[in-house]
Amino acid sequence: MLDIFSIPLPALFGQLLLGLINGAFYAMLSLGLAVIFGMLNVINFTHGAQYMLGAFAAWLLLTNLSIPFWASLVLAPLIVGLFGVVIERLLLKRIYHLDHLYGFLLTFGLALVIEGLFQWKWGSSGAPYPAPIPGGYNLGFMFMPAYRGFVVVAALVICLATWYGIERTRLGAYLRAATENPTLVRAFGINVPRLITLTYGLGVALAALAGVLAAPIQQVSALMGTNLVLVVFAVVVIGGMGSIMGSIVTGFGLGLIEGFTKVIYPPASNTVIFVVMALVLMVKPAGLFGQTK
Amino acid sequence: MNNQRYMFAAGLIVLALIGPFVVYPVFLMTALCFALFACAFNLLLGYAGLMSFGHAMFFGMGGYFFGYVVKTAGLPPEVGLLAGVAGAALLGLATGVLAIRRQGIYFAMITLAFAQMVYFICVQAPFTGGEDGLQGIPRRALLGGLIPIENDRALYYVVLAIFLFGFAAINRFIHSPFGQVLKAIRDNEQRAVSLGYEADRYKLLAFVLSASLAGLAGATKAMVLQFATLTDVSAGMSGEVVLMALVGGLGTVLGPVLGAFVIVAMQNYLASFGEFVLVIQGAIFVVIVMAFRKGLVGEIGDWWRARQKAG
Amino acid sequence: MHDVLLNVDRLEAWYGESHILHGVGFKIGRGELVTLLGRNGAGKTTTLRSIMGIVEKRQGSVRFDGQETVGRPSDTIARLGIAYCPEERGIFSSLSVEENLLLPPSVKPGGMGLKEIYGLFPNLEERRRSQGTKLSGGEQQMLAIGRILRTGANLLLLDEPTEGLAPVIVQRIGEIIRQLKQRGFTILLVEQNFRFAATVADRHYVMEDGRVVDMIEAADVAQSVDKLHNYLGV
Repeated sequence: MLDIFSIPLPALFGQLLLGLINGAFYAMLSLGLAVIFGMLNVINFTHGAQYMLGAFAAWLLLTNLSIPFWASLVLAPLIVGLFGVVIERLLLKRIYHLDHLYGFLLTFGLALVIEGLFQWKWGSSGAPYPAPIPGGYNLGFMFMPAYRGFVVVAALVICLATWYGIERTRLGAYLRAATENPTLVRAFGINVPRLITLTYGLGVALAALAGVLAAPIQQVSALMGTNLVLVVFAVVVIGGMGSIMGSIVTGFGLGLIEGFTKVIYPPASNTVIFVVMALVLMVKPAGLFGQTK
Repeated sequence: MNNQRYMFAAGLIVLALIGPFVVYPVFLMTALCFALFACAFNLLLGYAGLMSFGHAMFFGMGGYFFGYVVKTAGLPPEVGLLAGVAGAALLGLATGVLAIRRQGIYFAMITLAFAQMVYFICVQAPFTGGEDGLQGIPRRALLGGLIPIENDRALYYVVLAIFLFGFAAINRFIHSPFGQVLKAIRDNEQRAVSLGYEADRYKLLAFVLSASLAGLAGATKAMVLQFATLTDVSAGMSGEVVLMALVGGLGTVLGPVLGAFVIVAMQNYLASFGEFVLVIQGAIFVVIVMAFRKGLVGEIGDWWRARQKAG
Repeated sequence: MHDVLLNVDRLEAWYGESHILHGVGFKIGRGELVTLLGRNGAGKTTTLRSIMGIVEKRQGSVRFDGQETVGRPSDTIARLGIAYCPEERGIFSSLSVEENLLLPPSVKPGGMGLKEIYGLFPNLEERRRSQGTKLSGGEQQMLAIGRILRTGANLLLLDEPTEGLAPVIVQRIGEIIRQLKQRGFTILLVEQNFRFAATVADRHYVMEDGRVVDMIEAADVAQSVDKLHNYLGV
């Protein structure tokens, strides 16, 4: 094992912070995917495109209507979430009775359409988005940009709020029950189809919210979602989709591992998550927190 | 009925033979390579019930192995093709062993993830040429100089032979005892297991076979177009082969072939539209899933049968 | 009959290609407790599920309080005032006992409050924070009955509530069902345990091969024992 203290601390902690940020996005996105998958039994490939739509919405709101970041944090998820509701009502609803792979194919096709359109209109190079909290703090062992620190905290809050919403509220109970036995829940008088639509909308809004948070960090570009979502799939396989907390822990954890790899062996940083996936598949195929379904 | 089938087959054979004199040979060869690729994909999905969303890794690596062997190591193209097949088979074995552990949607995601991993490795590995890929792979004569393939038309018949070999191999496999067991596993895995069949072994065999043929297709494509690049191992390429099989008709014998020709033709035709091609591809995905799940072959087959009944 | 709450007429039902119910017909008066008896496979559970609207395909007529329910989705039917307690109990493992109890929403005023239900089932109160499926069979059955009492539904469909339970618990459930009848609930009970059914019901319908073949008043049960043994194959 390399002696990590031979690497200057600012570099180490700088990469770990980056890893934590990446992990924050992995957590938020795999959470959205897990929630949608639980209720709809569909792997929402469009998730990456919806993340991108969130970022784009924030950028468009800023450049065209001068709407600031903090308002976009609320508006963008609402807009994109509504779009998700339309997708669910018009398209997804009609294919639930089919093999679940068709849902994957449909959302893949939608992702292509959305990303293709944005790429065609705005090209693949990115547009910058100004950081809403400028500057940073010198912590001695590293320099922490204020906005990035905020993102980590915000992501944690969002993830925990989602966890709370699902595990501790009445609506969350409806969701959990409907995931387990939708027929019986409907026979109790709950409008399950509407619940499903709502769940998809919320999952999409979560992706869009992540997109807004990402805008000041990455360039806002048409392809920012695809690259991310492919990694998130690996995160989801590693974590298993059994538990909310599992998705959160796995997301943040893998981000940290990625950051750490970047410090001690940079060429592997792109692939380390996939290697972890291979290892997990060998030892616990259902995922770290999964139940074999 | 049998007469119609023979006429149809005969017609196809005639078309195949005169093809390069009527249509631009490179287009036909490219389409044939993708047709083999799509058939390999379809074998896994239609007969093992496993949808791989990462098949580009076999296709692309087949091309890279061919390119490396022929261009860098200077060996004859037959060795290159073998290298493509063998390399893809090994990769198929390594990833298949792990991917088979899950099913359905998880399997798709795992293959997608592995393909991404291969993609990232290809970006960095020296032997793939990174962002530029392997360019200018020379076309040397086959069989020690007997078959000159610098000529596109001559190469066409070689490619046709390779395609037919692959196609025949798939059909042999499907109709063999292995194929029958695979079908039983696909239809009712628990039952097959209770009858004593080790389902995972059969699935892995199908996976490796599918990977090898995809590798052959990729190697052949590298031989024809004389380059192998990152696009060939990308997620986009994986998605494209799914599209081809879907358009043609999942699980049908000729579907992937037809689908490949349609998609390759469409890409040629729409090349000037740039990124908009993605939008069209995506739209086709959506339309097929929502309305035409049987694909071209399936829907035409239904229409034809309905006509037969009425007339 | 004076005040018919549920009127089932020419009810047919399918699961895929299987034609299970071939024209079921019976009536239940307000405040009555009626049982569906019959062997395994007679179609008793399918009848309950058809009334609740959760079979794939059904035809015929099911009128609840005068309103036709065939063709309506199950959540609408529940909201008319019908509650269903399935044979498999359907306790949600991802919910606690209390969450299970609070799940079914109020469909009509007059439902029992949480305190009242805990009064009927004190052992549920003790285990309120436990995971729903960690309860014993008997406790799960009580939970399944308890949670539909909150909704305000006045017609209860109970599918084999005593199946697989110890005699002591069966007695307790019998007491509870009698109490519910006293409170004015109308109950349709599916039971294989005929002895138990006889202690609570006003009338018994016998089903065979997806049809109602006989009806026996409570008063006539003693004389009909042989006939019933025939029907039930005991």
